[in-house]
Amino acid sequence: MSNCLARLTGTTVLVCAAGAATAQEELNALVWCDHTDPALIEPFEEKFNAKVNLREYEGTGAALALLEQSRPGDWDVLVIDGIDVFRAVDAGILAPLPADDLPTADFFPEVVMEENNSADGQVYAVTEKFGYNTISYNADAVDEADMQDMAAVLSEKYAGRLSIYDYYLPVMGLAALADGIATADIDGTSLESIGATLSTMKERSASVAGVVAAQTALATGEVDIVVGGGEWLTAVLSNERPELTWTIPEQGAVRWTQSIGVLADSEKPELATEFVKYIVSPEGQAALATSSCFWGMPANAKAGDLLSDAQKTALRWDEQPDYLARTQLYPAPDTDLDIEMQDLWLETLSQ
Amino acid sequence: MPLRDRTLGWGLAAPALLWTVAFFVVPFVVMGAMSLATLDGRTLVWGLSLSNYAEIADKAYIWRAILVSLEITLTVTALSVLLAYPLAWIIAFRVPQRWQRLALLLAILPFWTSYVVRSYAWLLVLAREGVVNQTLMTLGLIAEPITLANTRIATVTGFVHFFVMLLTLTIFANLVQLSPNYRRAAMDLGANAFQTFWHVVLPLTLPGIVTGAFLTFVLCIGDYITPQILGGNNELTVPQVIMVQLGRRADFPLASALAIVLMGLVTLAYLACARWLRLDRI
Repeated sequence: MSNCLARLTGTTVLVCAAGAATAQEELNALVWCDHTDPALIEPFEEKFNAKVNLREYEGTGAALALLEQSRPGDWDVLVIDGIDVFRAVDAGILAPLPADDLPTADFFPEVVMEENNSADGQVYAVTEKFGYNTISYNADAVDEADMQDMAAVLSEKYAGRLSIYDYYLPVMGLAALADGIATADIDGTSLESIGATLSTMKERSASVAGVVAAQTALATGEVDIVVGGGEWLTAVLSNERPELTWTIPEQGAVRWTQSIGVLADSEKPELATEFVKYIVSPEGQAALATSSCFWGMPANAKAGDLLSDAQKTALRWDEQPDYLARTQLYPAPDTDLDIEMQDLWLETLSQ
Repeated sequence: MPLRDRTLGWGLAAPALLWTVAFFVVPFVVMGAMSLATLDGRTLVWGLSLSNYAEIADKAYIWRAILVSLEITLTVTALSVLLAYPLAWIIAFRVPQRWQRLALLLAILPFWTSYVVRSYAWLLVLAREGVVNQTLMTLGLIAEPITLANTRIATVTGFVHFFVMLLTLTIFANLVQLSPNYRRAAMDLGANAFQTFWHVVLPLTLPGIVTGAFLTFVLCIGDYITPQILGGNNELTVPQVIMVQLGRRADFPLASALAIVLMGLVTLAYLACARWLRLDRI
């Protein structure tokens, strides 16, 4: 009898455990690599007894194509380039967010970017992280004073010692700023001048590199400067290689932002919204800012309370008011201008 | 052929046929159709437009990319054949039979490492502070590090390292099937070692060489990673142009048209190889 009771109890426990396991909800998120750090995701999973399935992508076009090819409901959350939120809204793939539940009042005001994240008075996305495409360099190998001036960076002195970040929008934005053109003013007529600066950049460069290749080139001494780099390239190495650093030259630099939203077809909109709220909370923001993939400034200034002094130094926390004032959002061209810019970029790369 | 045998034949061929239709014919037809479509904003418009091909013909940087892709691929193929043949020869005829398996294993050992990891390893070897420069400087052959990484030399080196292994396998397979009597007969008839190789061995091993060279051509011309990591993206190749079309704008029609152009180049290479593989020349 006692044996039977024990078996029955054991079976009941197993059934209950299985029931609990199946009760665990799953969330599918299309993200950038910085969201794949377990230190960011695990606290959310534990709190909501949920499993977050993450899929990395590169390039908004690739993400939109993937969403178009997926079944409705396959994806719940989307991380997207801040300047491309309007494309996702136009495509009707983002759901409205409860603006009152988002802590945007605690954000650095310049990155709330309501006009980018909203349409017709409805909020569709929220900025989660930002940083700069500017000049990263090896302080032991260059004259730091030179790094304050784009003209000096692109001078003959550093020929063959610089790498260009392989993404046309921020690099063309930097070229525009070097020419005294605001990124928002880039149009067909300014491309000739930008093209000349790009050609000089290419002529002086040793390579045109993606994130890992640029980081490797700087770390191995293959190059001393990365044009288009920033905290996202060197801050993660701040402990081991403090000489690899970054600055914003006097001509200014380009500011990148990334936003997060809930997909309109999500079958778990409540959980997806909770995920977005967690990401923009101080805890989520501190973990996202120092993700093992790449570092960047948290949009929520309250994350500063949870970051160490060393982390804040690497992110240049105290210089943010000055940096935000001296940087511009990177170019957000319409389709026709985008094609022209891309052609100019490829033309330069082929030279 | 009796009906039963024919049915059995079709039954046995069916899996391979289905596989080819599902994973080659259908994707190829879709890609061909996509290359004739256009983008209106973000909306895909199916049709029979040749505008993507006109765009390709019109853009100088695409022509330069095609030329660079061909130059790199032909250089890699030629160098790989020149290096793989002696290696395969040594393994086939100089290494005792009981050690041949181990020798082949060692030859293909680098295949066991991820392609991307191997490319980054080469980058470290060829870097300014890398093994090559350090060795040359220690030997007093150079005073300052020379630029090896982020050049076409680096791209070709990475490719050749990979494809020599592939070609060694195809050439070795051909060499070991060659009866030693052919060489003995040539020698008996008065041919010296070079004449025996040139007039007898080389023509008989052409199928192995050409098969390996064709595979090298196909894999090399479509590669995106090596020119990016080792070449430092300093030269634009066709796969890189395709990737740029997809990354931000998701211009699948133009990317498909470029892929069809790439397939055209591969087809030309196949036709060139097919001529060499004519039975009457073996």
